[in-house]
Amino acid sequence: MNLATLVLLRRVRDRIDRDYAQPLDVEALARGVNMSAGYLSREFKAAYGEAPYSYLMTRRIERAMTLLRRGDVTVTDACFMVGCSSLGTFSTRFTELVGMPPSEYRRLALHGLPGLPSCVTKQVTKPVRNREAPPTSAVLT
Amino acid sequence: MTINIQASFLPHTDPDASLAFYRDVLGFEVRNDVGGGNMRWITVGPPDQPTTSIVLEPPAVDPSITDDERRTITEMMAKGTYIRILLSTKDLEAVFDRVQSSGAEIVQEPMDMPYGVRDCALRDPAGNLLRIQQVS
Repeated sequence: MNLATLVLLRRVRDRIDRDYAQPLDVEALARGVNMSAGYLSREFKAAYGEAPYSYLMTRRIERAMTLLRRGDVTVTDACFMVGCSSLGTFSTRFTELVGMPPSEYRRLALHGLPGLPSCVTKQVTKPVRNREAPPTSAVLT
Repeated sequence: MTINIQASFLPHTDPDASLAFYRDVLGFEVRNDVGGGNMRWITVGPPDQPTTSIVLEPPAVDPSITDDERRTITEMMAKGTYIRILLSTKDLEAVFDRVQSSGAEIVQEPMDMPYGVRDCALRDPAGNLLRIQQVS
């Protein structure tokens, strides 16, 4: 791929990492580097193996996991704090990535998994990066 | 027996831009500068740490690297997935303000991470990822 394009894609990816909590969407990301949304999505996926919207949502879910583990942040608060405007979309994507709904994740992170030592709970509930993690594979691997 | 970390290497794409960044923005001293044009090896390091250096070097010039490998390295540098380093400071906020006001590309503002450190992340002019963490 053209190096100048790759540098622009890097700026988009860095912007997602930096500003994920802002109301970003692919159109806004594309405008920032003078690309069309469709072109950005295709090139970004070719370069990073994941579409920009997916990368953005992964970043948000990852941060939400950290917030939910604190205990003083509700699922709804976490959703909005990481830049998601739809609780439904947030919960769906969270469940896909983490393997359980955010409410369940929060409960497990705070109270532990019944019958498991806390160090195992910590392992099972730790934030993931770009890893679709069904609960069966997240446990004790 | 004591072994010191003497130097590690970071690639540059524009030696003058990288030199300015490490010297003028991060405050490193320049310990050596050899070669010319794009083929420059520039040794920099923190003034308080005279026995550890970073050598800014042209990427993938080893003749044993194939053209395909060279292209991959150049692409990875451009897309920001090639090299990362970890620095630390006692005053993260001040360092971050300085880096941000220099116009450097910011990847993450200072933030508490789930694994217990507070850090920020940015790009050097060649696209290398620098994380800078707070230490007491």
